[in-house]
Amino acid sequence: MKTPISHMLLVLLAAFIGSFGGVFLKSGAEQVRDGWIYLFVSRNPPFFNWRLASGVALFLLSSYFFVLGIRPPGELSVLYPMVSLGYIFTLLWSRIFFKEPLTRTKFIGLGLIVAGVVFVGLGSK
Amino acid sequence: MSVAATPSPLTSPKPARRQPVGLVFCCTVLGAAAQILMKTGANHMAQPGLLGMATNAPLMGGYCLYGLSTLLLVLALKDGELSLLYPVIALTYVWVTILSFLVFHDEINPWKLLGIVLIVSGVGVLGKGGRR
Repeated sequence: MKTPISHMLLVLLAAFIGSFGGVFLKSGAEQVRDGWIYLFVSRNPPFFNWRLASGVALFLLSSYFFVLGIRPPGELSVLYPMVSLGYIFTLLWSRIFFKEPLTRTKFIGLGLIVAGVVFVGLGSK
Repeated sequence: MSVAATPSPLTSPKPARRQPVGLVFCCTVLGAAAQILMKTGANHMAQPGLLGMATNAPLMGGYCLYGLSTLLLVLALKDGELSLLYPVIALTYVWVTILSFLVFHDEINPWKLLGIVLIVSGVGVLGKGGRR
C-alpha cells in the first residue's frame, strides 16, 4: 500500500467535515422561505441564513481537503472507501440532530451504496 | 438550535415525499457534469494562477454547475430527510465513471461496473423507502 497515512487522514477529515456540511445545509434549508430570492434570508432574526452559508462553506472546505488527500501518491482504491464513511457519520448526525428514524430500508440502502463506492474505488487504479 | 421552530410542510399529500430524491438525482447529474468540466479545464490551463482560472471557460462553467447542484440539494433538503438524501449523492460516482469513459476514454473494469450496480440498487432501495 503506497498511500501515506497523512493522505488517508486528509480524506477522513474531508468526509467528517462534509457530513457536518450536510447537517448545516439541512438545518439552513428548513429556514428557507418559499421563493428563490430568499435563499440566504432566513425566516427568523437575524435574517441572514448563516446555517446555509456555513453548510456551503463546510462543503468547500471538505472538497479542499479531499483534493489534497487524493493527490498522488494517494490511491483512490484506498481513499474512496473512506469517503463513504461520511455517509455513515451523516446517518448518526441525522438521528442526533434531526431525530430522523433509522429504518431497515436506510441501513440496506446505505450498505449497498457504501459497498458500491468501495468497489468503484477498487476499480480505480 | 431551534430546529423545531420551523415546522416542515409534511402536511402536504404523500407524492411530495418522492420529489426530494428526484431533486438529489438531478443534483448528482449536475455535480458529475461539473467535475468533468473542471477536469477538462484543468487539462487545458492556458496560464497558472487566479487569472488563468478566471479566464478558463470550462473550469468556470464547472463551478457554476456546482453552485446549481447545491441549490437543488438545498431545495431537496427543505422537505426531505438528511439520512435518506445524503447517501444518494453517491450517484455522482456512477455518472462520473460513465462520463469519464465517454469523454476521456478512461477504462471501465468489472470492479467499477459492480460498484455502479451496487450504488444504483442502494439508491433504488432508499428511493422506494422514501416514498412509503
